[in-house]
Amino acid sequence: MKFRTALNNVRGLGSAKSGTHHWWMQRVTALALVPLMLWLAWSMACLSGLDYAAAIAWVSSPITSVLLISTLLGLVYHAMLGLQVVIEDYVHAEGVKFISLIALKFVCLLLALASVLAVLRISLAG
Amino acid sequence: MSNPNRPLSPHLQVYRPQLTSVLSIAHRISGVALCAGVVALTIWLMALAGGTQSFARVSAILGSAFGQLVLFAFTLALFYHLCNGIRHLFWDAGYGFELDTVYASGKAVLVASTVLTVVVWVAALVARSGA
Repeated sequence: MKFRTALNNVRGLGSAKSGTHHWWMQRVTALALVPLMLWLAWSMACLSGLDYAAAIAWVSSPITSVLLISTLLGLVYHAMLGLQVVIEDYVHAEGVKFISLIALKFVCLLLALASVLAVLRISLAG
Repeated sequence: MSNPNRPLSPHLQVYRPQLTSVLSIAHRISGVALCAGVVALTIWLMALAGGTQSFARVSAILGSAFGQLVLFAFTLALFYHLCNGIRHLFWDAGYGFELDTVYASGKAVLVASTVLTVVVWVAALVARSGA
């Protein structure tokens, strides 16, 4: 006996109502982060040992600000998707799982806001 | 009726670790570790936005032996996760599933992540000596 409506079958969003969205966004953010993280790792290495003024100058340059904010948003989104799967795989008690998943979303939102605001404060102050 | 004592597969206690399985769990472990790296990056940016005093405090922690060790571990975790992530993207696209290809790409990931880590740290040390 089939309980699914024809519309439900066509949409193909499954019981979670999201289809392959989570999987796809994890791949898209991964793809974006490949060049961004190579850039960030190299830039931070070159900043090594430099003082406060040099770090401020680096962050506040227009290209760096935009790339930094893109990287931060991609990182937090990718981290949230990844940690969500880890929680779903290892936390089996329903209550703890629910609270962990909600807490994860809250912490990730805070991280995104805090890091982006820090970049904006530096780049707009300069 | 669910039996909580039913055997699990693969039985990790008696399962011989292979390059494939070790790299697989290392991808997850490095990913979780890198989430702490995102927190560290956020703290560094907030300290920088906060002014010279907070920046000096965070720089002192990052510059200590412990801080440098953690940063090195983050670098290695980042490049491992990045290289193995590209390996995963190829699998997602349907390529590289033959057993010899899987082992070859696994070894390539180990070499590439080591090389990238060394290159970045040499660049950091050169930058430091020039500053």
